[in-house]
Amino acid sequence: MNTPRTLFQKVWDNHIVIDADPTLLYVDLHLVHEVTSPQAFAGLNQSGRTVRRPDLTVATVDHGIPTTGRSLGIRDPLSKRQIDALVQNCRDHGITMFGLDDPRQGIVHVVGPEQGLTQPGLLVVCGDSHTSTHGAFGALAFGIGTTEVEHVLATQTIWQAKPQSMAVEVEGELPWGVAAKDLILGIIAQIGVSGGTRHVIEYRGKAIHDLSMEQRMTICNMSIEGGARAGMIAPDETTIRYIEGRPFAPKGARWDEAVSAWESLVTDPDAVFDKVAFLDASRLVPHVSWGVNPAQTVPVTGSVPSPDSYDDPLQRDAAVRALEYMALRPGTPILDIAVDHVFLGSCTNGRIEDLRAAAKVVEGRKVDSRVSAVVVPGSMQVKAQAESEGLHEVFEAAGFSWRDAGCSSCLAMNPDVIPAGERCASTSNRNYEGRQGRGARTHLVSPAMAAAAAVAGRFVDVREWENS
Amino acid sequence: MGELVKPVTTITGTMLPLDRGDVDTDQIIPQQFLKRIERDGYGEFLFYNWAHTDDGTPSSDFILNDPTRRGARVLVTGPNFGCGSSREHAPWAIQQWGFEAVITASAADIFRNNSSYVGLLVVELPQDAVTRLIEMASDPTAEVTIDLESQTVTANGLEEHFDFNPTAKERLLTGLDGIGVTMSHDDLIASHEQARAAWLPTTVDIAPPT
Repeated sequence: MNTPRTLFQKVWDNHIVIDADPTLLYVDLHLVHEVTSPQAFAGLNQSGRTVRRPDLTVATVDHGIPTTGRSLGIRDPLSKRQIDALVQNCRDHGITMFGLDDPRQGIVHVVGPEQGLTQPGLLVVCGDSHTSTHGAFGALAFGIGTTEVEHVLATQTIWQAKPQSMAVEVEGELPWGVAAKDLILGIIAQIGVSGGTRHVIEYRGKAIHDLSMEQRMTICNMSIEGGARAGMIAPDETTIRYIEGRPFAPKGARWDEAVSAWESLVTDPDAVFDKVAFLDASRLVPHVSWGVNPAQTVPVTGSVPSPDSYDDPLQRDAAVRALEYMALRPGTPILDIAVDHVFLGSCTNGRIEDLRAAAKVVEGRKVDSRVSAVVVPGSMQVKAQAESEGLHEVFEAAGFSWRDAGCSSCLAMNPDVIPAGERCASTSNRNYEGRQGRGARTHLVSPAMAAAAAVAGRFVDVREWENS
Repeated sequence: MGELVKPVTTITGTMLPLDRGDVDTDQIIPQQFLKRIERDGYGEFLFYNWAHTDDGTPSSDFILNDPTRRGARVLVTGPNFGCGSSREHAPWAIQQWGFEAVITASAADIFRNNSSYVGLLVVELPQDAVTRLIEMASDPTAEVTIDLESQTVTANGLEEHFDFNPTAKERLLTGLDGIGVTMSHDDLIASHEQARAAWLPTTVDIAPPT
């Protein structure tokens, strides 16, 4: 009888080329963007090597591109040179690229799934830590560095020390007005920013099973914020329905073969995880981050904590520094914090369901006159879908700026920089110091919470609005 | 398969203490310096936002700017070092500033991997040993020795063994080009490739929607 295996173990086993420690694994899908690839291509070119499988490699531009005025070209000369380098490298090596003028352009982690390239059981890598997003389909997907990007380009394989397995069991039902973003922020608050280090997390339980694919992507996306190597969710009917008919999904007889292969991608009943965490979804409330890492969050009904509430001296010092950077005083109710900016977008929350959730809150309301609010769809396909539903009219009527797709203010590598000292309610994934611009103060929230903050000019408990 | 990076064997040098936990790679090298397409020239941007005031002048109170620390070779720091973004620019910047090693209670997974490829030695020691080293490092002339072969750290009465992945160790000791090593296993890669299922996706372009 076979040893019971976890989903992670099964996908790992299917990709072993050399069974050693570390293990040489075969890569099914290599996603490439402009920021972490130029030095890899340069290394490849210098050593006279070629891309082994351009047909398993795909590129798009997302990090450094402007979200307005694209017809005018890219004005930042460094960003332009970086993007031009990717265009040239893809042309030279025969790699499919969704460039700036392609209707499929977008954030690499939004594009892969929506094009049907991300599928269950695949091993997916990208020079970007939020590659964990693709684990929502039951793929093993993780971020790699530039040297590894070059290695994958040349060999289509990657050496990996085998991570341990961790189960995050989420039972119960998410209450009304509580989003997938609140769930993952709640998980990170519980396990900490390094609770998943050297582990691959499998999210399990009824609350996970009930999520849509978009919501599952929000969860897996932020696995890295808990330190995990990857996050996974077993494929099911929801997954299969999402993939069917997408441009790069299998067709005809190959679809049937694929679906039957995907059905085995579940953790066996007696499989054992190295580590387990439990969470009751029904007790969750909307979360708002107050500090400078994604575990420094509190319920919207709470207040800014005191550093003295931490026993660990390192955590206490970190809280002191965070409060200083964020210009917040312990005991301040979250509902009293005013915001200057609202950013709706990113690979965490830039998908169609995120935009729908925000539009529902915004409809018939106006953005506060002191707030600058933008919507940056995760991809040009998301943008087109939203426009076909009239969501852009809802946002624009309320006073939001409606943009083209990209990473934008999530990491401020493009012109969408939040000014120093200003406060942003953001649907992105990282509230690190300087992340949205030097001195910018980020508060991580769900799309509905961000939309409500834009209208009120401060944080509000969106559950009160949604019930009204 | 030639030599790619400078081999790492024994490192002896002074320490620079950075007593903070959860230092993310956005702090190590902020996003505005990731637009360059070169692999070098990142040293001057190390911990840029902490090391500079709003107008871009060096902050005299940040330890990296202390002239007595300029020759430091080993960064000693808090746990979960290098968390967040996968940017390899982080180990590049640390190395190009002049560090040859980082000592921490724990490093983030991607940072640890990236460092092993670029020849930056990341040593994980128990927190109490890190705390002792940080105390010793208040003296800018205090030295530490890291010997990769024997996997030991020694400094003024402290002697600690550390765990290290044997393959990463071999790569650091020899400085061998990892791609060349992998390509020597081409037969194994090719046979895995031939066994792959026909339904697996390819990225061969199909017409975009009109």
